Amino acid sequence: MSSRDKILKSINRHLVPAAPLPDMDQAWIQFDNPTEQFLTMLSAVGGRGEVVANLQAVSAKLHEEPFYDDAKQICSLVPNLDISADKQVDLNAIEDPHDLADIDFAIVPGEFAVAENGAIWVTDAQVKHKALYFIAQHVVIVVHASDILHNMHEAYPRTGLNTEAFQQTPHFGVFISGPSKTADIEQSLVIGAHGARSLRVFLVEESFDRAQFK
Amino acid sequence: MAGHAQLADKFVANEERAQWHDKSLWFVRHKRDNISHSIPEWETLRETASQVKLHTVAHLAQYLEEFETNAKKLGVTVHWASNAAEHNEIVLSILQEHNVKRVVKSKSMLTEECHLNPHLEAAGMEVVDTDLGERIVQLRKEPPSHIVLPAIHIKKEEVGEVFHEHLGTEAGASDPGYLTEAARQHLRENFLAADAGITGVNFGIASTGGIVVCTNEGNADLGTALPNLHIACMGIEKLIPSPDHLSLYTRLLARSATGQPITTYTSHFHGPKPGGEMHIVLVDNGRSDILGSDDFRRSLSCIRCGACMNTCPVYRRSGGHSYQSTVPGPIGSILGPSQNAKEHSSLPFACSLCGSCTDVCPVKIDLHHQLLTWRKEIYVRGLLPFSKTFPMKVMSKVFQRPGLYAFGGKVARKALRLMPRWMIYNPLNGWGRQRDLPEAPKESFRDLYKKRKK
Repeated sequence: MSSRDKILKSINRHLVPAAPLPDMDQAWIQFDNPTEQFLTMLSAVGGRGEVVANLQAVSAKLHEEPFYDDAKQICSLVPNLDISADKQVDLNAIEDPHDLADIDFAIVPGEFAVAENGAIWVTDAQVKHKALYFIAQHVVIVVHASDILHNMHEAYPRTGLNTEAFQQTPHFGVFISGPSKTADIEQSLVIGAHGARSLRVFLVEESFDRAQFK
Repeated sequence: MAGHAQLADKFVANEERAQWHDKSLWFVRHKRDNISHSIPEWETLRETASQVKLHTVAHLAQYLEEFETNAKKLGVTVHWASNAAEHNEIVLSILQEHNVKRVVKSKSMLTEECHLNPHLEAAGMEVVDTDLGERIVQLRKEPPSHIVLPAIHIKKEEVGEVFHEHLGTEAGASDPGYLTEAARQHLRENFLAADAGITGVNFGIASTGGIVVCTNEGNADLGTALPNLHIACMGIEKLIPSPDHLSLYTRLLARSATGQPITTYTSHFHGPKPGGEMHIVLVDNGRSDILGSDDFRRSLSCIRCGACMNTCPVYRRSGGHSYQSTVPGPIGSILGPSQNAKEHSSLPFACSLCGSCTDVCPVKIDLHHQLLTWRKEIYVRGLLPFSKTFPMKVMSKVFQRPGLYAFGGKVARKALRLMPRWMIYNPLNGWGRQRDLPEAPKESFRDLYKKRKK
């Protein structure tokens, strides 16, 4: 007998009392001002966020970033960001994700943000190498200001994980909440373990077309 | 095999260190309290999460098959392993088929439980644990002492020594920021050089065939985004029915574990990366037996947050290694005997039955009740040591003879008052080793009762 059958048989030989699935539609936490809550949580987990008027403002703000102008390689999936051609890395031209090892900044779109925990949902749907999210020294995420949800119960339906589209083709999605961190040495919090040393989030008020993203 | 008490002796011998350990974990427990109190529906979350787990376990075979079907649709190869040895063989053979020399692993208690590393190393592979705490204990050649904070028992000066020896950091350096940066550089080299990435699984989703892995460091992500081969090792109890239920567990897990609102990276893998390969190994290793036990079934609900250890007064003061079990603390003291009652027979007796673990458990496992049940079970199975069974037999005989009991009490009351200290606190009096006996009263309860009746 295969191990598969052995395990299933071993499970089925036990009579386990039935237990109904609970109702997931309950009064989950809501916030008076989800944007403010999101920004508070993001800063609590070591990230930095702000509301800006439009994509042009993102560009201006990035130039105020201490490391930004020193960066040698920037991979931006957000268009029109005023990045000099010798710094811009075209993700689609890269075959092997190992070649992303020296990326200083990744500037990527996020689908939506969650107020209760400062998390942002990003996927590999329009991103050739998901490694970009984790290998870049600094990560910047741009989210539409109106795409802020209250809690995780609103978030999961928005991920589309349960839809045909997600299940037909392999897909990857991740909630990112703050920069990479660890507290494994005497519980001292250190930012910048393996992934991003910093996470900056822009909540853009002016509506923009997601399809513009490469 | 030495029992928990003997092993804990070694840990508490260094009182300063034992107190430091206690405080470190209490700090984490405190953070958990603060953040759980900030969620008004915390108890509803726990109750709902508990019900979902009970439901899933009651339909486990059906959900496993659903999970397998959906994972296959995504291009994942699904393997089944009845026990640890089979799991190790499967992982090794996948790696060998791909000529893998170097593997990066993100923290996985299941692969610890199966002792995967030595198995792969014996076959000539290099396995690097990439969670910082895991890497520290790996370099020290010891097992993790906590499931979420693997190096919680190690001081920063000791990390400095290990890193000086292995990573070439400055001698005497102990700054966590400096040491973490050194580990970052060292592990990046390993991520870039790896041929395959192995991860554990926090949650498997039956309706999609996807898996969720939670880390703060991003090690599971870097470890799987670079190489083309991803092997995920998953205990069969990690299943949940659908993504909607993830909302419960992603809210509970990090808050209970470290007092964070959510882990930094909560990654949802649905199939291999483009051009890559993904394998999921479903592991039983005793879990289906626990499923059959009305007493211990609920222990399968565990989401491995570690909250029960952080709050446990015994764990905090005796250190994780004294449990000699991959999962230590209260939940480990239930799972350990479930896997091997003889080997782990002393663990349920470490418990003080204070019930704090049950209070903090995010999925409402009745931990201290199960620990009490295990004590009975261990007696029934004849696994109690003579030092515990013999006095119980003697006392049983005494309790059956009221005259003898009264006489014994009289003698004891007198003796305890008259005998010199060294005669009372002898090696036979284990209880009196760390505490004084109460002062013996002049009269027994029986005498007092008789007097009052007059």
